[in-house]
Amino acid sequence: MVEIIIAAGIKVIFVLAAVLTGCAYATYMERKVVGHLQHRIGPSYAGPYGLLQPIADAVKLMFKEDIVPDKVERATFALAPLVSFIPALLTFAVVPFGKDNTVFGYDVKMVLSDLNIGILFVFAITSLGVYGIVLAGWSSGSKYSLMGGIRSSAQMISYEVSYGLSIIGVLLIANTLSLRELVEQQASDSIWFFSNWFIFKQPLGCLLYVTCAIAETNRLPFDLPEAESELVAGYHTEYSSMRFAMFFIGEYANMIAVSAVGATLFCGGWQGPFVNEIPFIGIFWLALKVFVFMFVYIWLRGTLPRFRYDQLMNFGWKVLLPLALLNTMVTGLFVVMGWF
Amino acid sequence: MNLDTLIFIISAVVAVFGGTMMIAQRNPVLSVMYLILSLVAQAVLYVQLGALFLGAILIIVYSGAILVLFLFVIMLLNLRGTEDLGHGSQPISRFTKFVLSILFVFELIAVVKTGFIRSESPIGMMTTVAEDFGSVKAVATLLFTKYVYPFELAGILLLAAIVGAVVMTRDSQRGDSLRIGSAPDSQAPDIEQETGGEQ
Repeated sequence: MVEIIIAAGIKVIFVLAAVLTGCAYATYMERKVVGHLQHRIGPSYAGPYGLLQPIADAVKLMFKEDIVPDKVERATFALAPLVSFIPALLTFAVVPFGKDNTVFGYDVKMVLSDLNIGILFVFAITSLGVYGIVLAGWSSGSKYSLMGGIRSSAQMISYEVSYGLSIIGVLLIANTLSLRELVEQQASDSIWFFSNWFIFKQPLGCLLYVTCAIAETNRLPFDLPEAESELVAGYHTEYSSMRFAMFFIGEYANMIAVSAVGATLFCGGWQGPFVNEIPFIGIFWLALKVFVFMFVYIWLRGTLPRFRYDQLMNFGWKVLLPLALLNTMVTGLFVVMGWF
Repeated sequence: MNLDTLIFIISAVVAVFGGTMMIAQRNPVLSVMYLILSLVAQAVLYVQLGALFLGAILIIVYSGAILVLFLFVIMLLNLRGTEDLGHGSQPISRFTKFVLSILFVFELIAVVKTGFIRSESPIGMMTTVAEDFGSVKAVATLLFTKYVYPFELAGILLLAAIVGAVVMTRDSQRGDSLRIGSAPDSQAPDIEQETGGEQ
């Protein structure tokens, strides 16, 4: 009993540390990549190549004054950053990050919790994240924030439908909801180690997943909730200091979470060359795939302009949803006919 | 006391607390938040029974979708709990509510005491359930075999409701433009202008 708790505790600390470090350096990566996309060099003063910039940012945010405006609803105002931050971290509880190993005589499962409905857990938790933004917008007592909150709830409801449907194809093929089994089914011993990845059986599904994931995490070109040219900063206009930082970290944690889930669903998760020979290399492969997904995110941010609100709604309901339904139908047909 | 009992007691207390606070709140947004708290605690109870699927669906459907819509409407109307929410109820109605609640409590106790619920195991905080209770396969098998007609009929009903909603939101003046928002004298004109723009 005690051993189980200690083992789980070590794993939780390890995963949390990895994710939070990932978030910190995702901000650095974003500034560097966008900088180079825009012919600048990005942060370069703090440390070599500006590598200490995230630490400088964190220190700055921690020592800032926490300003709470007069007209806010205090309880909800304090709750909102937590509600947006915690679900983002909870997602990592079910993402498998390696082949099971033996360490000091103990069998170590390289996943925090191997739920047999893992992917549903991810979607349940993700769907709670919207409350952080909505509550922040509502409780701030500012019209820009309120507008951001309302836009966000409309956007998230609209895109969650397609988001959920986009993965049905994979689930139909794999016939399981467990993330561990999904990863195992994508293993391959041949030299073409990626031949069993679901992205090749579900190219449309993957495209839809990535698109909806960007909308769900409120990133450009879907960042209507915080459109700075229209809404100052949207739902977090009135936030400062660590409360703002929590939104900020939560956004990056969400990005990493949807990237990790996307990598697990479509790109084989921790599978890669030498996973059976070298222990713990699965972590590296998963991190590499998450890195690629994150790069695509930032690349899109640096490339595409923001949608207009009506375009956003049209795109969600009239393009993504029919495509997701079509993908589900065609995949269902293939599965029934036994063509996969 | 084992871990199961502890988890059960905590989540049951949280669920009841959330439900009570939801009714007791004057602030509509906080009401919704307490309802979510209650639903999450209920999901924990499902999970504890082994019905992981039902627990996840409860959160996805209710907390993730329906209550977001509740919040959306509350925010569109911009209710802040400061408006006059009506007068206090009349003494006679207050009396009736009180008596009825007491009666329901006694009825609940009587049902539990007399063992009206048939069960193999003695009634306690934990009862045993079938092996695959609430699993994806068990739920799907029932839905698509025994209850397939009610299930499909419910689907048609929902479709009719969706079509009805689309028809009602269409502005008869401007033909095909969609309007999200309420009557023209809504309290939040900015929002209506924002979301009800040209299609």
